[in-house]
Amino acid sequence: MRIRLAFLFCSLTAATMQLALAQGGTMVLPTTVEAGNGFSIQCSGSGKATLYIVGPGQALKREVQLGATAFFPAGSLYNAGRYLVVLAEDTSTESGSLDVVPADKPAGVSFLARPSRLPVGMHDGITGAVYVFDAYRNLISVPRPVAFELTNPSGLVQKRMVITRHGAAWTSMDSTTQQGTDRFAARIGEISSIRVIGQVPGDPCGLKMTARQSGQEIQLATDPVRDCNGNAVPDGTIVTFTETYGGGQSTVDVPLKRGIAEVRMASHSGATISLASGVVLGNQIRWEK
Amino acid sequence: MSRALLILCTLFSSSMGIGMAQATVRVEPPNLQGPRPLPEQTAKAAIRDYLQSWESLRAALEQNRPDLLDPAFVGAARDKLRTTVQQQAPLGIQSRYEDRAHTIQIVFYSPEGLSIELTDNVEYDVQLLDHGGVKTTQHMNARYLIVLTPAEVRWRVRVFQAGQE
Repeated sequence: MRIRLAFLFCSLTAATMQLALAQGGTMVLPTTVEAGNGFSIQCSGSGKATLYIVGPGQALKREVQLGATAFFPAGSLYNAGRYLVVLAEDTSTESGSLDVVPADKPAGVSFLARPSRLPVGMHDGITGAVYVFDAYRNLISVPRPVAFELTNPSGLVQKRMVITRHGAAWTSMDSTTQQGTDRFAARIGEISSIRVIGQVPGDPCGLKMTARQSGQEIQLATDPVRDCNGNAVPDGTIVTFTETYGGGQSTVDVPLKRGIAEVRMASHSGATISLASGVVLGNQIRWEK
Repeated sequence: MSRALLILCTLFSSSMGIGMAQATVRVEPPNLQGPRPLPEQTAKAAIRDYLQSWESLRAALEQNRPDLLDPAFVGAARDKLRTTVQQQAPLGIQSRYEDRAHTIQIVFYSPEGLSIELTDNVEYDVQLLDHGGVKTTQHMNARYLIVLTPAEVRWRVRVFQAGQE
């Protein structure tokens, strides 16, 4: 039983930590350590020495007994990077290096989604990019599948599966034809990050007005203003009425209210009245008293 | 663009560190993923700012002054380097980094333009000092993954992470 346990321990050690001789051969250290995992360094010889592990991410210093194994418990080294390992005695110094690699399990996703609001029906209008991190905020550079999902208000889902490269992945999605609030999610394993994307109606479509006499004036009113997908254009959108008559011109900007725009303008026989909203033109009416 | 970036290398050569040698810089043509084209000016600025971050790193870890990191680093990269400085100082440790050679390639420009990722195969020397005495100097090679994000007037390093080449 003891032999089996010893064999199992050795197998696990070999699987997770490749051993390498440091310069001079008096220090045996792992070439890689997974961030946050415990590890050990064997120091041969006798007497005492100082062991340094130094990198841009962390710095450790420990007095060690030569001829014994120095154990570093879980959590000792957690920032990924290349570390200089130095065993310094009074008269000699041995050095080597080890890599701390990101933990295998993703624990955080940095998710950039743009834009936060856009018109409906835009091809590749929404983009999302992710960086995948472990629990110690190390970028996981090993390829990982990331699922992007865009869910519109009626529950329709667009899905993309993208493999990370150098810890990053991106996708683009079409905005749907329905206005409202979409949920844009990036998932990797059990980790997800969600952004909210507002989809607003597009430009008005089929802009149309009617006119009728109202006393000495013309009463102008649009039909309910909608975009090309049938979404109501929001109240406050400006509609411009222009009346051209006998060398004169009157222009009135009117915000939509309850989906329509209404205005009264002076009645001039023979006038031409036109309608526009932004770059969209509506119908024209020639007014005869 | 790649030619221009290679020419740029000479601009990036900087005198520094242990032997006051100049780091050579080679910029490979971008191998981009992502839909957004990378303007040449943006690429130059990101690489310039990244290389300057090595100077900040060297000064901060040699002098054990975390404030020297602030102009060049942000987020997780700054936090981790600050931690190192804060660990070094009470132990009496200083580390001197001298970058000898960089081979840089831009590998990702995010669609919204808010991050650039690059790889850098770096050759550098690390000198370890304990209470002012040099313990060792080691030549190292590492492949760094760098993520930069734009700040007010420059790109700052947000991820600064070495791994195996």
